[in-house]
Amino acid sequence: MPDIPGASRVEISRDEVAHLADLARIDLSDAELDALAPQLSVILESIASISEVAADDIPPTSHALPLTNVFREDVVVPCLTAEQALSGAPAKEQQRFAVPRILGDEQ
Amino acid sequence: MSDALVPYDEALAAFDPAMGLEVHIELNTVTKMFCGCPTEFGAEPNTQTCPTCLGLPGSMPVVNGKAVESAIRIGLALNCDIASWCRFARKNYFYPDMPKNFQTSQYDEPIAFDGYTDVLVDTADGSEVFRVEIERAHMEEDTGKSLHVGGSTGRIQGADYSLVDYNRAGIPLIEIVTRPIMGAREKAPAVAKAYVAHLRELILGLGVSDVRMEQGSLRCDVNLSLAPIGTGELGTRTETKNVNSLRSVERAARYEISRQAAILGSGGSILQETRHWQEVSGVTLSGREKSDADDYRYFPEPDLVPVAPSEEWVRSLKDTLPEPPRVRRDRLQKEWGFSDLEMRDTIGADALGLVEETIAAGASPQAARKWWLSELARRANEQDVDIASLPITPAQVARIQALIDEGGINDKLARQVFDGVLAGEGTPDEVVAARGLAIVSDEGALSAAVDAAIAANPDVAGKIREGKVAAAGALIGAVMKDMRGQADAGRVRELILEKLA
Repeated sequence: MPDIPGASRVEISRDEVAHLADLARIDLSDAELDALAPQLSVILESIASISEVAADDIPPTSHALPLTNVFREDVVVPCLTAEQALSGAPAKEQQRFAVPRILGDEQ
Repeated sequence: MSDALVPYDEALAAFDPAMGLEVHIELNTVTKMFCGCPTEFGAEPNTQTCPTCLGLPGSMPVVNGKAVESAIRIGLALNCDIASWCRFARKNYFYPDMPKNFQTSQYDEPIAFDGYTDVLVDTADGSEVFRVEIERAHMEEDTGKSLHVGGSTGRIQGADYSLVDYNRAGIPLIEIVTRPIMGAREKAPAVAKAYVAHLRELILGLGVSDVRMEQGSLRCDVNLSLAPIGTGELGTRTETKNVNSLRSVERAARYEISRQAAILGSGGSILQETRHWQEVSGVTLSGREKSDADDYRYFPEPDLVPVAPSEEWVRSLKDTLPEPPRVRRDRLQKEWGFSDLEMRDTIGADALGLVEETIAAGASPQAARKWWLSELARRANEQDVDIASLPITPAQVARIQALIDEGGINDKLARQVFDGVLAGEGTPDEVVAARGLAIVSDEGALSAAVDAAIAANPDVAGKIREGKVAAAGALIGAVMKDMRGQADAGRVRELILEKLA
């Protein structure tokens, strides 16, 4: 493969996978980390090969459709009742979603 | 555990403060940012949600056009450039206040950027204009409201579990971020307060938010760091949250300066962390340590197409901006005939808008100023609350003045009417009726009281007969006491002088 900076030589380390798993709240064993890191590297390399055909004048694409400014009128539409909203909640109290104790901070 | 502090002056003698202010403004659109749920404050929990703002599978967001318009108007009012093309981004984090597990925000493409605003800061010798540079203003959505159950006081620390209400989740927010504010020296806390007060006035003028700090529609995070004096460097900062009034903005900044100076002065280093302002004790407490774990993995929101305001749209919004706060102040001062000092005191008491509304409701400018700046500013101060959050409306203040003008009550009784209205006893008229505060206009009763006062004070009466009119004050006092203050002092004086002529 040609040596294009930032393109084909993408690698994801075992530590980075562990960090991402932590951020995503996925519990991975050591064995899983060992197995996943090289696999993810392959996926990243495959994706990175796109950069090889995209020249500098092609901006990264985030949206496939050439649309902008899709807006909604500021008009109220009927919403769910509290009962409906809470119907899928594993736990509820005082018409609110009950969640485990929050350790972190509010954003 | 309480933190060591050094006196404010000492802190300033050794260090230069730098501040960065992040203000969140909740827009007053009738629907949420990405769905048509209503945004009314104070609704029953979880009665204003839908699959989109609850983050249910398959739901799709659509941008509220009015919110984009409001964002652009805020940006223009802050002298910002408006992006010709920008996207929303997902800020990924796991916290139950956002049911989607991400907040839809903007990352490196804010709708507005590179602006400034000039704020008027009160100083010992008058007031001074301070320019605050705006880095960006971007669009995002508010989070749900958590109620922490168990533990001690409903705060995060020590809670057993949390209850979440998603009515607020998805309400449009504009986050306005300043560039580091440097060189304010000892005025830094006053600049912070003046900036937030200025923003509030500006946003009120735009009519895009209620900007009520006590209801959380304007929230301020204070980033503050210290650097050794004269170096012009930026030290390690802390971010203080939960700053919910103008007074607290100033107090929190002042406290952090004293706290950080104590640590740095004794050779320590500042921990980069979030801190929480404690309104009652007036201190900041350590929250979460900021670290590399703040990895939000932002990426462009695939479910929302880019926003690309046309030049024509932006120009038409610019053409219809209201007058800037400073122009408005100058105009009002002229209209009201206030002296510079009166105007400064009114602004300093954060009562400009209140006085304006009171005048609009029929009071004279001087009467409106008198009540807000004497009676009501004092009470706000005593109760340690912002003047705007006192439970009395400008219309009620105007009504109390009207009662005085009609001769129904006098200034002294008016103070009792203020007591009653503030105590939740009803409208001014209801308080007058319930407390029996109306002036006695019964000439017979008044005359009898005057006769009684003359009879009880023959010495004083004698002096007045000899022409020492100044002595009448003692008799007026006696009559007013007899009438329990419910008499027109001017009329009492007339009666006394007539009877003793």
